[in-house]
Amino acid sequence: MAQMLDDDPRIIEFDVRTDEMLVNMGPQHPSTHGVLRLVLRTDGEVVSEVEPHIGYLHRCAEKIGENLTHRQWIPYTDRMDYLAAMNMNLGWALAVEKLMKYQVSEKARHLRVLITELNRIASHLVGMGAYGLDLGTFSPFLYAFREREKILDLFEEACGARLTYSYITVGGLTADLPAGWLAKCEAFLEQFEPIIKEYHALLTTNAIFVKRTANIGVMSRELAIEYGCSGPVLRGSGVDQDMRRDGEAIYTAMYDGYAFEVAVMKNGHYPRDHDYPAVPADAVLGDCWHRFFVRMLEVVQSMDLVRQAMDRYSACKGPLGEPLKLTEKMPAGDAYLETECPKGQMGFYLVSDGSAIPWRVRARSSSFSNLAVAHELCRGCLIADVPAIVGSLDIVMGEIDR
Amino acid sequence: MAEFLINTVGLPDWLAWTVTAMVAAALILNVIAGGALVFIWAERKIAGRIQDRLGPTRTGGKFGWLQSLADGIKLLAKEDLMPDGADGMLFRLAPYVSFCASFCAFIALPFAFDFVGQRMNVGVFFVIAVLGLEVFGVILAGYASASKWSLFGAMREAAQVVSYEVPLGMCVVVPVMLAGSMDLVTIAEKQAGWLTNWYLFHDPFTFVIFWVYVTCAVASVNRAPFDLAEAESELVAGFHTEYSGLRWSYFFMAEYGSMFLVSALAALLFLGGWNGPVPVASLLGLSEGTGDTAGYFVRLLGMANLLGKATLGVLIMMWIRWTLPRLRIDQVMMTCLKYCTPIAAAMFLGAMLWQVALPGGLVPALRRPAGEIREGWLPGPGGAFALPSADAGKVAKVNP
Repeated sequence: MAQMLDDDPRIIEFDVRTDEMLVNMGPQHPSTHGVLRLVLRTDGEVVSEVEPHIGYLHRCAEKIGENLTHRQWIPYTDRMDYLAAMNMNLGWALAVEKLMKYQVSEKARHLRVLITELNRIASHLVGMGAYGLDLGTFSPFLYAFREREKILDLFEEACGARLTYSYITVGGLTADLPAGWLAKCEAFLEQFEPIIKEYHALLTTNAIFVKRTANIGVMSRELAIEYGCSGPVLRGSGVDQDMRRDGEAIYTAMYDGYAFEVAVMKNGHYPRDHDYPAVPADAVLGDCWHRFFVRMLEVVQSMDLVRQAMDRYSACKGPLGEPLKLTEKMPAGDAYLETECPKGQMGFYLVSDGSAIPWRVRARSSSFSNLAVAHELCRGCLIADVPAIVGSLDIVMGEIDR
Repeated sequence: MAEFLINTVGLPDWLAWTVTAMVAAALILNVIAGGALVFIWAERKIAGRIQDRLGPTRTGGKFGWLQSLADGIKLLAKEDLMPDGADGMLFRLAPYVSFCASFCAFIALPFAFDFVGQRMNVGVFFVIAVLGLEVFGVILAGYASASKWSLFGAMREAAQVVSYEVPLGMCVVVPVMLAGSMDLVTIAEKQAGWLTNWYLFHDPFTFVIFWVYVTCAVASVNRAPFDLAEAESELVAGFHTEYSGLRWSYFFMAEYGSMFLVSALAALLFLGGWNGPVPVASLLGLSEGTGDTAGYFVRLLGMANLLGKATLGVLIMMWIRWTLPRLRIDQVMMTCLKYCTPIAAAMFLGAMLWQVALPGGLVPALRRPAGEIREGWLPGPGGAFALPSADAGKVAKVNP
């Protein structure tokens, strides 16, 4: 139809539609979270189509995994979601352990919970701070990084690395916690707790923030499920699913005895509604605000879990146990396991022919599915909403491109 | 100064006036540019402190106070890039348009009684009009850059600044109406005396309209949360995406110059200008109008007063910038058209009615009697661009 209008010289002067413009957002752009390239089709300020292009960070991690033993591939998982490397390590370690039917010691189990939940806080802090940047406020980003820095200090003390830890490994962890670590962790949680209020004041309840996020990029329950979204993106749409509770036995067994409530809106309110800012009137379930808020709630939830894990870990008397040998042979067969990473459900699949080197490795990235929905959400929004929507999906390109 | 050159040095009239004008222009240009450098440094320090870091600490010693200068040298040394598809002439011209517009407006800005580059009986009008020209530089830059992001920035700037000129104009008209003059010196003069004489506290309408003015002023100089033309999270850097080196720094200087200008204008129009909250000078029996040393000292004090108020305004803008997220373009336009403009119009009407109903204010005793106001503010024989009086010519050389 539009083509016909353009072709007919008598009608064209009545056609008020302005020219569409194709704009490249990225791969070098301040708010594309790494090397994402979005091709926007815009009519003035209105975006009619957003097409994500990926692959700028592809490192053939899966193929590399088919040439290394299971434990040797752990450092490569670090580099997938580099903001939550502990959770990545855990996903792969558990998948291999599932294939080998290996059970880690009780102490290792609690330490894994402790470490991954701490990393979840760090990851959500980056997600929160970077989201502020996407909306044009710089300071919350640095406030978030200030606290994240303290978590990284703790990690550094535990495993020597600040970003790519390779701490959790197949069959346990590479080392036990150093003496006095728990006290430092507790001190961190103590001072971090009141700071969350600051974040709520600067972002969650800020009038401009609410204006920019409420009712923007609304993703219905059905859409979220159709696109295979997971993690806070899925829960932001009101789907009550969390692998820590609903996952496979080997993963949920890790959280046995832990008390936590999945951060999702049920019957019109969040589990922690009483001591948290109320949902603004403009916000619609599934919009950017809810996705952001779920992350904020999960920070508190993870703090609870860290506290519980610290108690249980210090109650464990036995040794931590040694991780498996680098060349430990795996039984022939295959295994797939999804774990709840900060960005969503990260799945690892491996096929073994009986050697220590997997025959096939495959990673299912949560950010990949979460990003795929962007072109549905960005249809008809304004240019300024594109970073708001993409930011609320909290993607990490390292995980998408692997 | 011109009289001195003519009478003592013996220069011909035209040469004396040209030299005087050039000295005054150089003073304005350099002091404002120096001020912009200080503000750039201050912004970095303040941003640092707000964000729990130190900001610059090393360049130039203790507080990194030479940071802006070091940045300037870096910008000078940078490669001056121009995109292949750019419209060369406009691309080169644009930064100077912005820069000139921002700095020209300072000509009519009084820093204290008679400390003014060129006193005009339409000073307010001149400042607002010249400041409005700044947008042309931005639009030219966006258009000539041959970059889609720049074009977006330019279109946003055009839409935003042009809309905000409307409520801004209405806000400015209220003090003009109260003072009965468009001369900035007169407007400030009329607010001499105690705090209660400031137009901010003149009546409830002026109090409200001051905040409307603040909003519009922030929007019209493109500061956060209205910095849509250079929204870095959406438009990379907006209109100055393709600029580098010294040309880019001209935009930067223009921005800081404008920030200071609108703050100074707020101080002059609403916050008593160079008159402090307590009329110390007149309590001591001194007058700023006299040509002797005491008068000069009082004027210097007034200048410090005005600079303090304007600086405070700039600092508040910085504070806002480092705290708030950015609005979206439709929300910015809505703020202007649905809130600022109607409120400004209603307040204008209210202030007008107040003037008719209660010309002396609620408590007339608090207000200075009209007769006390110096008559010198009346438009001079020079017409629209009345020349300053003889002693004003002398102090012109210390004009910042």
